[in-house]
Amino acid sequence: MYLTRSRPDTAQQHRGRGKLPGAVFALGTVSLLTDISAEMITAFMPVYLIYTLQLSYVQFGFLDGLYNGATAMLRLVGGYVADRWRRPKLVALTGYGTSAVAKLAFPMVGASGFGIGAVLATDRAGKGLRTAPRDALISLATPPDRLGRAFGVHRSMDTVGALLGPLVTFWILHELGSRSSPVFVVSFCFAALGLIVLAAFVRERAPEPRRTEAPVSPRACLALLADRRIRRITLAAGALGLVTVSDAFVYLVLQRTTGVPFEVLPLLPLGTALVFLLAATPLGLLSDRIGRWPVFFAGHVALLGVYLMLLPDGGGYPVLVAALVLHGLFYAATDGVLMAYAGPLVPRRLRASGLAVVQTGQALARLLSSVLFGVLLAAVSVGSAVLVVLTAFVLALTGAAVLVGRKGDS
Amino acid sequence: MRKWLQAHRVALGVVSIVLVVLAGGGYVVGTALGGPEEPASAGPIARGDLLYVDLAGGRDRVRKTRLDRPDAPSAATELRCQRVYSASGTTVCLRLAGPGPNYEAAVLDSGNQVIRTIGLPGVPNRARVSESGNVVSWTTFVTGDSYLTPGGFSTRTGILDLRTGALVESLEEFTTTVNGEPMVAVDRNFWGVTVAADDRTFYATLASQNRTWLVKGDLTARTMRGVRQGAECPSLSPDGGRIAYKKRTGRLGPWALAVLDLRTHEERVLRDTAGIDDQAVWLNADNLAYGGTPDSGKKSTIFTVPADGSAPQAVLIEEAASPVPLR
Repeated sequence: MYLTRSRPDTAQQHRGRGKLPGAVFALGTVSLLTDISAEMITAFMPVYLIYTLQLSYVQFGFLDGLYNGATAMLRLVGGYVADRWRRPKLVALTGYGTSAVAKLAFPMVGASGFGIGAVLATDRAGKGLRTAPRDALISLATPPDRLGRAFGVHRSMDTVGALLGPLVTFWILHELGSRSSPVFVVSFCFAALGLIVLAAFVRERAPEPRRTEAPVSPRACLALLADRRIRRITLAAGALGLVTVSDAFVYLVLQRTTGVPFEVLPLLPLGTALVFLLAATPLGLLSDRIGRWPVFFAGHVALLGVYLMLLPDGGGYPVLVAALVLHGLFYAATDGVLMAYAGPLVPRRLRASGLAVVQTGQALARLLSSVLFGVLLAAVSVGSAVLVVLTAFVLALTGAAVLVGRKGDS
Repeated sequence: MRKWLQAHRVALGVVSIVLVVLAGGGYVVGTALGGPEEPASAGPIARGDLLYVDLAGGRDRVRKTRLDRPDAPSAATELRCQRVYSASGTTVCLRLAGPGPNYEAAVLDSGNQVIRTIGLPGVPNRARVSESGNVVSWTTFVTGDSYLTPGGFSTRTGILDLRTGALVESLEEFTTTVNGEPMVAVDRNFWGVTVAADDRTFYATLASQNRTWLVKGDLTARTMRGVRQGAECPSLSPDGGRIAYKKRTGRLGPWALAVLDLRTHEERVLRDTAGIDDQAVWLNADNLAYGGTPDSGKKSTIFTVPADGSAPQAVLIEEAASPVPLR
């Protein structure tokens, strides 16, 4: 019903035009504030663990990897509960609130490795819970022909926060010293501001009367995969996720092969984020015009370009910059665009669950990929490992193109 | 109630935002103004001093006290470091350098003048200067873009020879053999260097595929070979006859401090040192010191323990790290 209403005959000429709903900017602000809070902790955690607490980093990393996998599944729970209660905003609030409270729990658990692992798991659980309902809120508030731009704007605002977080941490370490409480308290304040903006400034449409619709059930969510297009995009995103190696590895190898100084290494993620920030909105807009699938596919071709640059030795800064630009474009062309693609395919009452299914498929595939890649690296040299990934990547791209890339699907 | 809340949504939101900003800002300002900082005392560091990084105020101020009387009143130096080490007039200070946050290794001469700074690719972790003051080394933890890569980490160990100015950015540049086989695995990591009195021989830790080795290296030939499995963060005794290191007490169990006699190859695990995650230093021929987490779960504390295992560890200085004996 909504689909037909928002797509008059003339809409084709105006695809992507028109104003974005205020909810998109409000949710963008929530993500911006929350990301400042989260990235502050990310930047501080190594210093805190290694330096202040003198904790064993290796064991902690192991624990952290475990939790990361477990909480990825919470996206499905968050999506399902949001649809079942028909209250995505409330579920999102719970998720954001959980993460905010976790920031205050850090100083309480002290130097206990298990305690810190548990707090991080809680923080992640909050992230897992909130992601699908939040994307559903964006998706439900925006007319389908502007979804690419809406998600682009949201992801850009999100990234501004991600870039500001480490700066705030640096400022605190520089001005207030390495005591941990100021970092946690300020991080909590940003998280609390995000919560307030979500509670007060994001309007949620009143739930429509239940009418005769079948209630949302796990079976109904599972039935989503019976829809050919949803199944295909989930499979395609999963297959491509399976051949996506972790960013940390890309940066380590890039630094090594291009031959730039070691000290540049911490700056590489900033390069990707900056390109992502600048390109997310224009590429989202482009995806509204020419179709989301072509843009999503092109993003992965850009990633293929990054992997190609990991092969030859040398090149210095020009190759490094080119690789980071492609890496940023990959994220800009895929992250929000995938949600914009999947959104209209899912009935409104199952929107959060549907987006969660697609996201979880991709996240689990990437997690599996990092494990497989670790095994591969232990067996062969970096060059051979990259070659294997490149081959697998071309296969996955071909498979994805055959699965989804047909006219009328975007 | 619900209706009222909804009607006043925006006003309530604005008021809450103002309150959070005021509370957070007030807290930050209060912390910034909290207590005047003690001025740095004049006077260079000298033989017989014990340096350490004071974690109590959060300012990471390097302080000095007396090696023979660590409970004597301490004095602040001009240095602020995350890690520090000093020997024969050369000091290395690993410290915050810029936004990111980024870190650098600053090398200072006996007049506390910076003679060289080297950008670091991660979080400072180990710092050492050879007994002669000629060879400086450091280790940083390199972290990924997210909290951490699942289960993964990598280290970078650099070595600077002040006599030639030659900088080894990473020990991965050296040729390494383990059990006679060249070690070329991608995931090899090195950390925790200790240099012998000849300023050429050194020991360090090599890790690859979940195993660690104590490696013995040659700075001139740029080679290393594995000499013992499972020993990490070595520290040579002043006479060069013994080597202290941490080793796992179980497969994934905590580390304990052990001392190996290089002549008799007798290893002794020191009492009550479980949980150590630092490169120990020799305070003198008989005693070791290291940073560790106290049972209270609080910040790092400097402990001391006799090298012959005759007594359990004892607290030397609370809320402190990086003990540096100036022998």
